[in-house]
Amino acid sequence: MNVRAHVSMTFHLDKCIGCHTCSVACKNLWTDRKGTEYMWWNNVETRPGTGYPTGWEDQERFKGGWEKKNGRLELKLHSRARGLANLFFNPALPEIDDYYEPFTFDYQHLFNAPESDDQPVARPISMITGEPMNIAAGPNWDDDLGGSNLYAQNDPNWAGVSPEIQAQMAEIERVAFNYLPRICNHCLNPACVAACPSGAIYKRAEDGVVLVNENKCKGWRMCVAACPYKKVYYNWATGKSEKCILCFPRLETGQAPACFHSCVGRIRYLGVILYDADQIATAAHADTKDLVQAQLNAILDPFDPTVIAAAKENGLGDDWIQAAQASPVYKFVKVWKLALPLHPEYRTMAMLFYIPPLSPIVSSIEEGLVRLELPPEKIDFELFNHLEKARLPLEYLANLFAAGNVEVVKPILRKLLAVRIYKRRQSVEGHMDEATLRLVEAAGTTPEEIEAIYQLTAKPTLAERFVVPPYHREMAVEVWNDPLAHKGETGVGFIELPVRGD
Amino acid sequence: MNWNVLLFQVFPYVALALLVIVSFQRMRGKPFSVSSLSSQLLERKLLFFGSIPFHWGILIILLGHLLAVLVPQGLLWWNAVPIRLFLLEITGLALALWTLGGLLVLLYRRLSNRRILAVTRPSDVIVLLLLLVSVVTGVLTAVLYRYGSYWFPSVFTPYLWSILTLRPRPELVADLPFWIQLHVFNFWVLLALFPFTRLIHIITVPLGYLWRPWQLVIWVRKHRRSAVPAAARPSAQPQTAEKGGAYGTD
Repeated sequence: MNVRAHVSMTFHLDKCIGCHTCSVACKNLWTDRKGTEYMWWNNVETRPGTGYPTGWEDQERFKGGWEKKNGRLELKLHSRARGLANLFFNPALPEIDDYYEPFTFDYQHLFNAPESDDQPVARPISMITGEPMNIAAGPNWDDDLGGSNLYAQNDPNWAGVSPEIQAQMAEIERVAFNYLPRICNHCLNPACVAACPSGAIYKRAEDGVVLVNENKCKGWRMCVAACPYKKVYYNWATGKSEKCILCFPRLETGQAPACFHSCVGRIRYLGVILYDADQIATAAHADTKDLVQAQLNAILDPFDPTVIAAAKENGLGDDWIQAAQASPVYKFVKVWKLALPLHPEYRTMAMLFYIPPLSPIVSSIEEGLVRLELPPEKIDFELFNHLEKARLPLEYLANLFAAGNVEVVKPILRKLLAVRIYKRRQSVEGHMDEATLRLVEAAGTTPEEIEAIYQLTAKPTLAERFVVPPYHREMAVEVWNDPLAHKGETGVGFIELPVRGD
Repeated sequence: MNWNVLLFQVFPYVALALLVIVSFQRMRGKPFSVSSLSSQLLERKLLFFGSIPFHWGILIILLGHLLAVLVPQGLLWWNAVPIRLFLLEITGLALALWTLGGLLVLLYRRLSNRRILAVTRPSDVIVLLLLLVSVVTGVLTAVLYRYGSYWFPSVFTPYLWSILTLRPRPELVADLPFWIQLHVFNFWVLLALFPFTRLIHIITVPLGYLWRPWQLVIWVRKHRRSAVPAAARPSAQPQTAEKGGAYGTD
C-alpha cells in the first residue's frame, strides 16, 4: 500500500443554481491576462447541452483520455512516436472558434463619438485582433439551453437513450436541465501529463494538484488535445499551456479555491482523501462497467489503523490524516456513496466527484405523462418507485457519471430521494409513517445517515464544506531560503514579462 | 581583411559564439521565453498545408547536408553510379520545392490572417524571409550548378570542418558563384539569429518523450523533509525510502 493524500472535490449538482459566480471569481483571479481571455478554468454548462468548448465530449474528434487496446492502456491521442511526429501539426487540437473568439466592447466610443443624429453604440471588439467583430459564440452561449433545442440535441450523452425520450425532452413543456460546473479534475491518471512531450506537466504528490511548469512547457500543445475534459488551454499570446491550479496559493494559506469560496449555492466541498497509488494502474485498467467501483476501491479509509500507519510511513502528518478523517469529500464519495466522477470511461480517474441531480420537480408519472390528480402523500413515492421515468433520463446521467452503467446511478438517486422524502415528512407532516421508513430502508440507508447527509447538504458551515489541510508553508520557506538572506524580497511572480517569445 | 575573410571566417565564428553562448544563457536564464510559439489555435487550415511540408522538408534536407558533412565518402560512393546520383538530386530538389511551397504558405498565412498578425512580431517575419532566402538559393544552386551532391564533399565538407576545427579556410568558398555564397552566408546569419528568435525551439525537440514514464509525480517537499532535522518537522515521522515518484501504466 502506497498511501498518498489528495485534495479532492465534490460538487452537489442539486444545489447548483447556474449563476456563474465561480467562473467570474476564477476569471478575475487568474485568466484576465492577454492570451487567456478565452480560457475558463472554471465554467458552468447547461446539461443536456454541448458545453465549452463546443462538443468537448466528442472524443472521436478531440482524442482525449485513455483507451484500452489489447488490455493495455494507451492515450487516445497518440503513441509516443506519433506524438513526436505530430509536433508540427496536431490534428486533434481545438481551434479558438471551438471555444469562442474573446471580445470586449468599444466603450470609449460612447464618450468620444462625434456629434451625430444617432445614439453612439459600443461595438464588440475582438480581444485577439482588436478589430470590430460579430459575436458568434461565448463561454456560456447555450446557457439554459440558449432558447434552442439544438444544443440539447447535440449532447453526445444521449447515446443509449431512446429516440422517443429524446423527442419528449425536446418538447418545450418537458424541457429539463441541470447545471454542470467544471474545473480541472486533477486526475489520478491524467492524460495531459502523459501526453506532454516536454514533461512539463506534473502531479504534486503531496496534494495531487496537477500543474504546468511554464518554464518547461514548449508549446507543443498535446495536453490541450489529450485532456478529455478540455481543461488545459493554450495561451496564444505567450505560447504556453495553462490550466486550473486549484488555487494552490490559496490552499497553501488555508483558504479554499476562489471558485469554491465564492459559490453562491454552496454546492462545493473540498477535503483530503487518502488513496493507494499502487492501485491506480489496476483501477485505470478496469472493465468499463467496473470503473467507478475500481476507483472507489483505490480510495482508502482514513480511520483504518493500517491505512494510517502506511500514510505515516509515506511522510503524511497527523494533521493531514485528521483532515482526511474530517473530509466532506470522503463522506460523500466513500461513506454515503453519493458522488461519482465525470466520465469515468476516459480512464483518467477524475478526482472531482459529482452528486448527480434529481429531476427538477418530483411529479407523479404514469406512462411517461405527468399526472397531477394524485394525492400529495402518494406523489413522493411515484418517482422513487419509477425512477426510470424520471424527467432527466437515468441513461443520460449514467452516460455522464458512470460510463453508461445505470445501476451505479440508480441507488444514488434513490438515496437522495429518500433523504428528500424523509425530511419532508419530518418537517411538513411533523411525524414519520411506516411507508416512509420502508422507503428509507429500500433506499439502503438509515434515518441517522439521512440526518448526516441532510446536515452536510443543507446546513454545512464553511469549515465543514472546506477542510483545507495545513500546508506548513512556514516550514517550506525556512528550508528553501534563509529568511534573513531573503528579507526584503517580495512576491514569487514573473521575474520576466510574460510576453511572446524572445 | 577582405570580404571573403569577414563573411566566411570572422562572421561564422561570431555566429557560432552567439549560437552557443546566448542559447545556453536563454535556456538557463529565460526558459519561459522558449516556446514553439505555435499559432495553430488561431488558424489551422493553412497551417496544415504550410507547417507539415516545411518542417518535414527542411528536416530531411538538413539531415542530407549533415550526412554530406559527416560521411562525404559515403556520398561519393553513392554518387559513383549515375542513376543513383540522379535519384538523389531529384529527391533533393523535390523536397526543396515541397519545403518552398510550405514556406510560402506560412509566409502568406502570417501576413494575411488577422489573428496571426496579432501575434506576429518582426522577428517572426525576418525568420521566414531568411528561411526563404535559404531555400530559394538552395534550389537555384541545385538547378544552376549541377550536381551539388557531387561537388559538396570536395568544397563544403572541408570548409565546414575547417571552421569547426578552428583552422578556417575561407578561400574554399571565395570563388563560388554568388547564389552559393549567399546560401552559405545566409546559413551563418540564421545561426547567429537562432538564439534571439523562435528558431531556438529547434533544440527543445522533446526526444525524451520516447522513453520517459507516462506519469510525472513530484514531491514538492521531498527536499524539505530531508533538509529539516527530524525533530523540527511538523510531523516527526521516521523517514523511509522515497516512494512514488512516477508510476507507469504502460
